[in-house]
Amino acid sequence: MDPLNALIVLANFVIIPAMAYGAQLSLGALGVTLIYGILRFSNFAHADGMAAGTAATILFTWWLQALGVSLGPLPTALLAIPVGIAVAAALLLGTDRVVYRFYRARRAAPVVLVIVSMGVMFVYNGLVRFVIGVDDQNFADGERFLISVRDFREMTGLEEGLAIKTSQALTVVTAVIVVALLFWFLQRTRTGKSMRAFSDNEDLALLSGINPEKVVTVTWLIVAALATIAGVLYGLDKSFKPFTYFQLLLPIFASAIVGGLGSPLGAIAGGFIIAFAEVTITYPLKKVLSYLMPESMEPDGLIQLLSTDYKFAVSFVILIVVLLVRPTGLFRGQSV
Amino acid sequence: MSNALRISLLSALIAALLVGTGFVQGWNTALLILNMGLVSAIMSLGVNLQWGLAGLFNVGVMGFVALGGLAVVLVAVSPVGEAWSAGGPRMMLAMVLGAATVAGAILVQKRLTGPLRFWATLAVIVVGFIVYRMAFYPARDAIEAVSPAATGFLGGLGLPVILAWPVGGLLAAGAAWIIGKTALGLRSDYLAIATLGIAEIIIAILKNEDWLARGVKNVNGLPRPVPYEIDLQNDPGFVDSATSMGFDVITASTLYVKAGYALLFAAVLILLLVLAQLALNSPWGRMMRAIRDNETAAEAMGKDVTRRHLQVFILGSAICGIAGAMMTTLDGQLTPGTYQPLRFTFLIWVMVIVGGSGNNYGAALGGILIWWLWVEVEPIGFWLLSNIAAVLPDGSAFAEHLIDSAAHMRLLTMGLILLLVLRFSPRGLVPEQ
Repeated sequence: MDPLNALIVLANFVIIPAMAYGAQLSLGALGVTLIYGILRFSNFAHADGMAAGTAATILFTWWLQALGVSLGPLPTALLAIPVGIAVAAALLLGTDRVVYRFYRARRAAPVVLVIVSMGVMFVYNGLVRFVIGVDDQNFADGERFLISVRDFREMTGLEEGLAIKTSQALTVVTAVIVVALLFWFLQRTRTGKSMRAFSDNEDLALLSGINPEKVVTVTWLIVAALATIAGVLYGLDKSFKPFTYFQLLLPIFASAIVGGLGSPLGAIAGGFIIAFAEVTITYPLKKVLSYLMPESMEPDGLIQLLSTDYKFAVSFVILIVVLLVRPTGLFRGQSV
Repeated sequence: MSNALRISLLSALIAALLVGTGFVQGWNTALLILNMGLVSAIMSLGVNLQWGLAGLFNVGVMGFVALGGLAVVLVAVSPVGEAWSAGGPRMMLAMVLGAATVAGAILVQKRLTGPLRFWATLAVIVVGFIVYRMAFYPARDAIEAVSPAATGFLGGLGLPVILAWPVGGLLAAGAAWIIGKTALGLRSDYLAIATLGIAEIIIAILKNEDWLARGVKNVNGLPRPVPYEIDLQNDPGFVDSATSMGFDVITASTLYVKAGYALLFAAVLILLLVLAQLALNSPWGRMMRAIRDNETAAEAMGKDVTRRHLQVFILGSAICGIAGAMMTTLDGQLTPGTYQPLRFTFLIWVMVIVGGSGNNYGAALGGILIWWLWVEVEPIGFWLLSNIAAVLPDGSAFAEHLIDSAAHMRLLTMGLILLLVLRFSPRGLVPEQ
């Protein structure tokens, strides 16, 4: 029996990775939810939009690194994020003007816009592969660990070690700042309030003189920023590969739907629920349990509920269960 | 322009493209494209039934196609006797236990009310899951331990491979029934995401459950419904007739095999097309379209919308399953790692939208046309980009990058085609009548 060591193992392999992943998913789901709330369709191109912003950030990071610019212990990519956001914003706004605006003006059915976003997804995916290729790109630099396993052991004298990667700490801190800024914007500023009004009741908002095109533009700008930040954080934490980003679509959607499409708070909660479920269910709990149980009762097997390859399945099963029990999500999103 | 004219023109265009490919890149390539084109046409027929006829947004095509592929292994591969005796019955028991758990949970949900309902369901699921795992793990390990490099799975029934095609349809239909029961009540984009997720689950199972179909170790050398090239080359009768017609024997044998597949596939496509056309023009088809165009009104007229949706969802998915089985037969191997949503779900959607949603001929022709483009965009793009690169200074990094990127032209082109068709001809090349 050694609950302290059990806790450290759990923190090292489950809690910390899931926190970081959850923060990344939440930022992605916030983008999906905003598009759903304001433009009223499920944007299939969101994950590839993330990839585009991240690719731009990576290219600029490499250029900075070639110039010898660095942030010391922090990754250089942080300096490049504004450029990535600008590129993503130009791309998303351009797409809106060339593609989506036409259907918006005709008040096309939401499902038509979903199919249109499938086309946009193909184009973004092709563009990203065209620009940066299909291979894994690692662009993390600076200090790798905030606390390494050995330091932790020396500090505490415990048997088990705890490692916190810089990228993980950075993800959580950045996500908190970004979410705080977003909520401040939505609750306190004039534009944010008009966005919420537009999302709640479009007709009423139009009657009270809100300019819909401005609301749409601001939404795309925020989505570009959220997508790029989420993409860069994910890329720093794991690595960048266009195909992996495309695959993020499912957990991101699952997060947004579990929380309730259209509800920003729900997106955050959904992101963490999906992340913790994925990591916990696919992590072998043997080591944790062997610290918690008397030796005679120690488990033989790995006590892994599902093999790691079923990650996507987990997010989906949660999604279905929530939809069956609460069709509009945990935070009662809109159902248009 | 009348639809009949559009259909003839589109067919002529496709024929010209294939013949042109035959002259430029060889008949082998042309037949290769035609065969996969025919399979794609069947897939888009299935999706068209769901979307064009009933307005159901299914983004899980890949899952049904993969189930069809699994059917080929389960039907046509000979059984592995040693694995069956090692863990076969125990595995069957585990499957029954798993099914019983699900059935028990549903029963409890239906019969009980109040707070007890949740806890009872949870208890049934947890206990059932533990019992199932106790039966499943030893069975799985025993089966996978039987010469894992060569088999390590239960094998199939050893029946003729053609039988796998309808079985593929049945497997997909079964999956569609389960999905439909849970997800068809959802609104359109929720249904889309639900089906997208189910497809991923099916692929995850195919990749991981080695006892079933060897997972990512793949099942190679699946039986064929057509003769083997090497047998033809050793057949004096075939050699004589090939040489008398002035063909090289090796070329003749490969063309003969591919033409055999093409005839089989064309027969299936024509059969399904006729059935789909009959369905479309029957009272049932009119009812489906009425439901699609105004669900509320149809419901008020006493039509059971959910039931009809389930029906058409199962039918469309079954067709995708048949096509999946045909594709795996053509490939001669099941490779779960190659199933990707971009290729097996979203590309099929491009085919349906471009061909004409709601029109069976349009969807089928769109399938062949888009498949031709999907294959040919790469060489065309390579040619285009190397011409651009040739203008640039010699050995410039940008020129090299351009040529290297030709492989990624596909997705871009497909996206642009989809967007352009949606914008300027939203009803597709052959619109619904």
